[in-house]
Amino acid sequence: MKQMHDSLIVQTMSRLLIPLAQLFSLYVLFFGQYGPGGGFVAGVIWTTSMILTFLVYGLKSPQGRLVELVLHGDGVGLIIFVGVGGLCLIGGGEFLNYANLEILGMDAPSRRYVGILLTQIGVAVDVAVTGISIVLSLAYHDTEQEYDV
Amino acid sequence: MTYAVNIALLLLLVLTAASATFLVRELMSSVFILGSYSFFLALVWAWLGAVDVAFVEAVIGAGLATVLFLITLFDTAPKDSRLRRPPPPLAGVVGLPLLGILLLFAANDLSPFGDPTSPANVHISPVYLQQSYADTLTPNVVTSVLMDYRGFDTLIETVVIFTAGIACALLLKEPGS
Repeated sequence: MKQMHDSLIVQTMSRLLIPLAQLFSLYVLFFGQYGPGGGFVAGVIWTTSMILTFLVYGLKSPQGRLVELVLHGDGVGLIIFVGVGGLCLIGGGEFLNYANLEILGMDAPSRRYVGILLTQIGVAVDVAVTGISIVLSLAYHDTEQEYDV
Repeated sequence: MTYAVNIALLLLLVLTAASATFLVRELMSSVFILGSYSFFLALVWAWLGAVDVAFVEAVIGAGLATVLFLITLFDTAPKDSRLRRPPPPLAGVVGLPLLGILLLFAANDLSPFGDPTSPANVHISPVYLQQSYADTLTPNVVTSVLMDYRGFDTLIETVVIFTAGIACALLLKEPGS
């Protein structure tokens, strides 16, 4: 977990699989309004791709640094979700009533589409950051330090 | 005929994986069998028509939970020499199947699968199904229920996940790292 995995097969396959998983996650996120899927599943699939990244390349590599950087986004998803609800309030409707999103030149179906899409993105970001945070806090402590005790 | 055989085979796989998870001696094998159990269960969800649930079961049960268990095992293995666990107690081996039989017996009283007159299907589901598009202008009923009719519900669920992540980081992360 600390260094890069030494097997060439694992490195090559993960180089292929990680973008594929992330692409599928985006597909599930944006297609969730019309088919199965949605923010939660998209966030979890993104999490698994990130976990694969730091399991294979290690936390010290540039890719691993990127995974660590994601942790700074804790709470951003919730802010997006609540922010969309607040924008609906500002638009003159109830909290989370997407028909009241005030976006110029948009009819009611598009407003609802944008509102639901933004809240799904909020859920996805929240779930992804939480999953990575849990796995990192499980995996990321110094084992050598504990042996001395 | 083949359909029924397929379903019986699938349920047999689920049962085998579930019991093997408990009976196998090595914890590492147990984790992997638990992952395969989640995958079979995802197939059962897909067969029941709950594709969303199947998605979540496959990704979380077979993917994320396996990784969490494995990382925990890797971390505890050097300190804990008892990676082989003791055999399951007799009370569990005998009692849990008996409990399962009792539950199956009680399941006879449930309304049959897909029954249009069952209480769950006559209470509020027809209202959602009939008025969903007129109310929310969203083609997928699942999405409109999840994000529109019950938007508050989803919001609070997101808060719960956020809280769980914060709590895990507080409990597990060592101070100073």
